[in-house]
Amino acid sequence: MNNFTSQDVDLIVIGGGPAGLAAAISAKKNGAQNLIIIERNNWLGGILPQCIHDGFGLEIFHEPLTGPEYAQRYIDELKKLNIPYMLNSMALEITPDKKVFVASPEDLFCFQAKAIILAMGCRERTRGQIYIPGTRPAGVYTAGVAQNLINLKNMMVGKDVVILGSGDIGMIMARRLTLEGAKVHAIVEILSHTNGLPRNIQQCLIDYEIPLLLSHTVTEIQGINRVESIIISQVNEKLTSIKGKERKIKCDTLLLSIGLIPENDLSKTCGVKLSPVTRGAIVDENLETSVQGVFACGNVLHVHDVVDFVSLEAERAGKSASECILKEQRKEKRIHIEVGDGLSYVLPQYISRDTDLELSIRVLNPREDASIGFFDKDALLKAEKFRKVHPAQMIKIKLKKSETKNINTLRVEVLQK
Amino acid sequence: MSDKSDVLVIGAGVVGCAITRELAKFNLKTVLLEKENDVCGGVSKGNSGVLHTGLYYPKGSLKGKLCVEGRLMFPKLAKQLNVPYKLCGKHVIARTDEELKDLEGLKAVGEANGAKGLTIISGKELNKREPKVDALSALYSPVAGIMLPYLFTIALAENALSNGVKIHVETKVLNIEQVNSGYKVTTTQGVFYTDIIVNSAGLYADRISAMLGLDKYKLYPCRGEYLILDKNCGELINSMIYPVPPKIAGVLGVHLTPTIEGNVLIGPSAEFINMREDPRTTKEKIKQLMSGAKELLPSIPLNEIIYGFSAIRSKITPPEEKGSRDFIIREDIENFINLIGIESPGLTSSPAIAKMVVQMIKKRKDIKEKIDFDPTRRRTTPFRESSRSQQASLIKGDPTYGEMVCRCEHVSKREVIDALNNPFSARTISAVKYRTGAGMGRCHGGFCLPKIIEILTEEYGMLPKEIYLNNQKSPLFIGTTKELREKQKSE
Ligand SMILES: Cc1cc2nc3c(=O)[nH]c(=O)nc-3n(C[C@H](O)[C@H](O)[C@H](O)COP(=O)(O)OP(=O)(O)OC[C@H]3O[C@@H](n4cnc5c(N)ncnc54)[C@H](O)[C@@H]3O)c2cc1C
Ligand SMILES: Cc1cc2nc3c(=O)[nH]c(=O)nc-3n(C[C@H](O)[C@H](O)[C@H](O)COP(=O)(O)OP(=O)(O)OC[C@H]3O[C@@H](n4cnc5c(N)ncnc54)[C@H](O)[C@@H]3O)c2cc1C
Repeated sequence: MNNFTSQDVDLIVIGGGPAGLAAAISAKKNGAQNLIIIERNNWLGGILPQCIHDGFGLEIFHEPLTGPEYAQRYIDELKKLNIPYMLNSMALEITPDKKVFVASPEDLFCFQAKAIILAMGCRERTRGQIYIPGTRPAGVYTAGVAQNLINLKNMMVGKDVVILGSGDIGMIMARRLTLEGAKVHAIVEILSHTNGLPRNIQQCLIDYEIPLLLSHTVTEIQGINRVESIIISQVNEKLTSIKGKERKIKCDTLLLSIGLIPENDLSKTCGVKLSPVTRGAIVDENLETSVQGVFACGNVLHVHDVVDFVSLEAERAGKSASECILKEQRKEKRIHIEVGDGLSYVLPQYISRDTDLELSIRVLNPREDASIGFFDKDALLKAEKFRKVHPAQMIKIKLKKSETKNINTLRVEVLQK
Repeated sequence: MSDKSDVLVIGAGVVGCAITRELAKFNLKTVLLEKENDVCGGVSKGNSGVLHTGLYYPKGSLKGKLCVEGRLMFPKLAKQLNVPYKLCGKHVIARTDEELKDLEGLKAVGEANGAKGLTIISGKELNKREPKVDALSALYSPVAGIMLPYLFTIALAENALSNGVKIHVETKVLNIEQVNSGYKVTTTQGVFYTDIIVNSAGLYADRISAMLGLDKYKLYPCRGEYLILDKNCGELINSMIYPVPPKIAGVLGVHLTPTIEGNVLIGPSAEFINMREDPRTTKEKIKQLMSGAKELLPSIPLNEIIYGFSAIRSKITPPEEKGSRDFIIREDIENFINLIGIESPGLTSSPAIAKMVVQMIKKRKDIKEKIDFDPTRRRTTPFRESSRSQQASLIKGDPTYGEMVCRCEHVSKREVIDALNNPFSARTISAVKYRTGAGMGRCHGGFCLPKIIEILTEEYGMLPKEIYLNNQKSPLFIGTTKELREKQKSE
């Protein structure tokens, strides 16, 4: 006899961050009745409660909100709609027939679901993944962990800091640490351009006179017990360090802001196929994964730079999931979207219906005056112009049903001038 | 500390802990001293974790004999101590004609040492067992195994402790003198008197020995670096994959070892270093490990590396000798037993070393087995090793079992609290890591670190300043945010 509690639900949403919240709200509004959110933290809102800076919500609410404020708007709506959620509860496994095992202090649950929305967010890349040599002392933190400890626990990670990686999180943390009284000696970036939003370069670095060292990387961590210093070095075009261009910086802390990885360990347990580029699920325009009835949205699908896009994407996933519960969905075709020159990825990866599409696109390199073109074989269907494109900024392009109605293939690429 | 002990063991690595646990079976007053704040603070925590079968050591050597004996004793011991191990077998692969001959040589040496079941298999057969590995031929050792060295060491210490021995951590031996009826041992925590001393101080055993004027031993630190692959690479190999040992420096060569937790270890390298406390990893060796791994398994996904670490061998063989001298285990002065140069296969041999040392002590003391010795160690059932039904029962019995602290390894709050309640009062992040596996996964503490910190502050009332990674020299925080701001204001 099984000892765990079994329960039938129409929809289970895994993750109560901005993606999970928006997905659940939209699913309910679109007719899903018996649904539940599973969240392993003891709060809703995912990463947002630790993001106490503002800059959230410009797209959706047209005003700058802090992370907690942005999350609260969705939490309020969730409560108004009486959508149940479980905190301190972690989904451990999803079986291919859509049973979800959840551990919580109350019990071990087994939810049999008709549809599942994956909204688990992402985790941070760590030191080992970029093989930084040296010792293994205290004082090496990923930026998100440091942000959590400082903003939610009031614990100060160090006072002389170097940050590796110039993504948004790294820059925001540089400002945060400075405001808390620490000295940020430098932000070190291996590429020749920063990886974050332009507004953050101004507001977090320039305004606080924090040096940004482009084309540099950390080549060694020193100190047996606590970080004592690090060695940085200039790098060449191949991103390898140049001999003789090393320099030592005395510090007690190294913060790593070197990228996020969609958290798909759980998705794999039910056989969801992942893209090696986004490291998230391969989905169609309904955000349905390779497993029928399993949808994905937010940072677990691909890493977003702005939370508003997470919420908007999640609304689509919620709508699709509710439709899938209410009536059987037919797939009319399967057209794989080919990623052409100059792009790192296009999402969704394939189309299964004739419908209006919204594509999320990331370019490989920063460019000015770029055009992105859509082709069926050699025939140009549409081109859209941008004054500036940047890998750090996701591009959203809509394609009307009429524009793709009769296509057999679809390729997206940056047009050569 | 006027209470005189019968036996005082120096160093709580796997060797010292195995000896102490063996001594706990007898009517002896036994004391174990360790300079670090927890047991297993030395090389016993960072190595390949391989149960060797004696292929490499000359017939008649202590290494060969104790390795085979220790390996045979291991399964029973692991069961009593409730620690996992797996006899996954090992393949030494030959890729050239010359290496083919070496396989015969290794087989002969192993058999002379008493290793059982050694066979040489064809490249085709190897390919069936290990589809991703190509070679001309391989030597197969079916009884080679893997284990968790830190958990084994901790379990030995805990079981010894519950059978009445005394273990003092943060107690560094500074000096030893011969006095009328035994030895006076001066430490950072006062003076201990004892009849017999066992010196199992690992990398520092030569220094301990020198405290009694025996300065003929010199240890040469030789660093080995490793890389760890994510658990999702666990299916790459089914057994350990070794090259034929390179003909230098008495090491085994870069090999691939599956771990109990499901990761794959690449390493170790071998490099003589000047300082004993130099646990660096280096760019050169990382590169060397990567190319070594590619030679053994061309399709190895190096982008799945999650961490690197290093450990330091205590070699008694000078670098220029390019060989490997035997273990030194002898009573150099009456009632003073030296264990010097206990490098690989020291972990495998440790149970047999313990028996041997107790035999030596028997010659000096009339000792009797205790009737109430309890060989079994109870442990907290790990959540992740339980079936779904068992997990439900665990949670029903104790709700903290349902709170996940570590997302990668599915370690529950119950397990973390039990680890923190260890008898050595080691309340550090590392103490939790080595006991539960939390923080060893792919996110490397990203999720569990804040949660463990929460437990330390909420359940143990610790201040941020008191939270350490390994020991009191490795604080995680400089204080609260407020403290720094106020300090700056006053400056
Ligand atoms: C430091 C930082 C600064 C940022 N700054 C900005 C900004 O200024 N402006 C902006 O627009 N955006 C910003 N963002 C981005 C924004 O916060 C993210 O895009 C957004 O939070 C992603 O939402 P999500 O729901 O996909 O993931 P998350 O917020 O990560 O939520 C995922 C949730 O799933 C839960 N979960 C995961 N696995 C399981 C499981 N197995 N069982 C149960 N629950 C699980 C997690 O606990 C988490 O609560 C920032 C992000 C970070 C990290
Ligand atoms: C890279 C590498 C890989 C290996 N792989 C394997 C393998 O796969 N299989 C195998 O069988 N063996 C292996 N070994 C060998 C094995 O790890 C060692 O033989 C074994 O761990 C030695 O244990 P120990 O107790 O002697 O040393 P340690 O674990 O170092 O213990 C010595 C203890 O003494 C303490 N100490 C030192 N000085 C003092 C003092 N003054 N006062 C108090 N305490 C003191 C130290 O803090 C330490 O805790 C490997 C070794 C290395 C380095």
